[in-house]
Amino acid sequence: MTQVKRLISRNAVPLLFGIVCLLGVYFAKMPGQFLLMEIVKRMARNSFLVLSLIIPVAAGMGLNFGIVLGALAGQIALILSTHWEWSGIGGLVLTALLATPLAVLFGFLAGMLLNKAKGREMITGMVMGFFANGLYQFVFLFLVGTLIPFDNPRLRISTSPGLRNTIDLGRIKGTLDGIWEVRYGFTKFPMVTFLVIAVLALAIWAFFRTKLGQEFRAIGQDRHIAGVAGISVDRNRILAIIISTVLAAWGQLIFLQNIGTLNTYNSHEQVGTFAIAALLIGGATVTKATIGQALMGTFLFHLLFAVSPKAGQTIFGSAQVGEYFRVFVAYGIIAISLALHAWQSRSAAKAKLEEETA
Amino acid sequence: MKERLVAIYHGFGLPRLIIAGFLLLLLIIAAGTELSVPGLLSDALVRIGQNGIYVLAMVPSIQAGVGLNFGLPVGVICGIVGVLVAMEFTLLGFKGFLVAILLAVPLAIGAGYLYSLLINRVAGQEMMVGTYVGFSVVAGMCIFWLMAPFKNPALIWPVGGQGLRVTLTLADTFAGVLNNFLAFEIFGLKVPTGLLLFYGLIAFIVWLFFRTKAGVAMEVVGRNPRFAAASGLSLNKYRTLGIIMSTVLAAIGYTVYAQSFGFVQLYNGPLMTAFPAVAGVLIGGASTREAKVRHAILGVVLFQTLLTVAMPVTNQLIEGNISEIARVVVSNGMILYALTRATGGEQA
Repeated sequence: MTQVKRLISRNAVPLLFGIVCLLGVYFAKMPGQFLLMEIVKRMARNSFLVLSLIIPVAAGMGLNFGIVLGALAGQIALILSTHWEWSGIGGLVLTALLATPLAVLFGFLAGMLLNKAKGREMITGMVMGFFANGLYQFVFLFLVGTLIPFDNPRLRISTSPGLRNTIDLGRIKGTLDGIWEVRYGFTKFPMVTFLVIAVLALAIWAFFRTKLGQEFRAIGQDRHIAGVAGISVDRNRILAIIISTVLAAWGQLIFLQNIGTLNTYNSHEQVGTFAIAALLIGGATVTKATIGQALMGTFLFHLLFAVSPKAGQTIFGSAQVGEYFRVFVAYGIIAISLALHAWQSRSAAKAKLEEETA
Repeated sequence: MKERLVAIYHGFGLPRLIIAGFLLLLLIIAAGTELSVPGLLSDALVRIGQNGIYVLAMVPSIQAGVGLNFGLPVGVICGIVGVLVAMEFTLLGFKGFLVAILLAVPLAIGAGYLYSLLINRVAGQEMMVGTYVGFSVVAGMCIFWLMAPFKNPALIWPVGGQGLRVTLTLADTFAGVLNNFLAFEIFGLKVPTGLLLFYGLIAFIVWLFFRTKAGVAMEVVGRNPRFAAASGLSLNKYRTLGIIMSTVLAAIGYTVYAQSFGFVQLYNGPLMTAFPAVAGVLIGGASTREAKVRHAILGVVLFQTLLTVAMPVTNQLIEGNISEIARVVVSNGMILYALTRATGGEQA
């Protein structure tokens, strides 16, 4: 009995959201086939991005709001690859290779910055994302076509500077998903995309069994003790952010090859928020995140996303209510998790202090 | 003489010197083009008065040790509700403006108190929690705007009879009541006297508060919590007071902003209100640990003038609207700079 209790209290968040999702599914009254199609599509799109958050959490750096930088690296590579007309799966792989050094550079700079803001990595990462977004817009909305000569009609309208608002990614659309698809009713399962996600999950699992992975864990447990034990904390923290940024760049490519169009100026804006909300709904916390939680969270979060407009329609007579509800859930779950974490670590510190003085 | 200059330099700080220098450069460029410099400065004055109280709202929260108040939307929403109720009953002119404030302030006291209950339990992570509480409140209120029982046809969608519109105009009720009060023009420079006087009054009240016993106690709590606790001051009491003051200022700030801007933007409109305000106080020379009224005033003057002047001037040089991007880069760059500076303790 106590075991059941512990199981429930440990998984309270995903259980609660499971119930909310079930209610949503019940009220949305969507055909099962349609629901399956939606959820398969969304899992294929988003799982990789959510998994990219795990390593910095283990290294004690909290939720990496800076994955926006990775997404930007992916998009810059994609803009160039569209310009050079790379196509097919080879083109996608080349784009990923092009995105990698960019993401390494961005991750390195981000890691350096976060080392100057120890203990407030999350807020710094978030503001860093906004800042990088501003620079990205400055480059692609102003410099391109004025200082940077660039006149590809597919990417630019010749009368004004800057790239088009939406860029068609026809040459690489569905190239990863389409390699091998298994049909079930209306639903196409993109087997290779799921395989890539599985390989990443396995790689993260294996990574934590290497020496470097153990060092990350030690830093996550206690930065000062790890430092005393001879682990170079600052270097490893930068490394954790670089890995996360590179994975996010690849994740954004997988996401965009599924969507097929790039919203040049806002495809990346919500990447951090939605991936983090998904991870937290799976039951992860600021200090602990597992692969299972990431995948479970992606499933629940996107199930909620898929059903909430329809559910809003039946319950409140307005699909808009459902749409606002899901955004509210995304922000709300992050607020609650952060608050709970701060609260717990504060009471833990207090208890420790009382123990020492007693 | 030289020592004095050095002292002034240290008091003013390098970031402010750079921004002021850049501003001067922009104005000189503007004078060389066909742009009207007094016109630019008139716009800047309006925007200073419009945003000033938001920036001022950062002072009590920083002084009470809570840090930058990223939860500003909590207060802004209270201001919006006040303005909407005044509009629902079509209250005109000063009557509408005052009713909006009188409704918004008690709401903000309540909301600020509830917000402080949460923030006092998450000491050390106030900024991150505050940001997402602010976002959640804005997103949650989106649902409220859709279902709220407002009946005035000027406010709701023409079809369906329910749900507030995205953008509402104040032109028929109390747009510009402060801005036009005693406004005058001198050498082409339009001065929104009422707006600036009201801003000055609020700034003076905040300045005065920090000279009272409670204000000094709040400052001690923020500066040195251990010492404050040892001298018998209740930390939570002053932190709560600081948060409530900040929230109330945000609510008043919204009514002033709305009457000057002339529109109410609902739904995701208030989502990012905290960021320019945070950047403003930091540009003025505040840190995450210390903020004075003079930082808030200097900050809003520099930041808003920069944004107002930068857009038309750069438009003369390159095409496109760079103001929005300049706002994003400068404000977030400034926040990053403040967050990565060594501040001793570990505060998020």
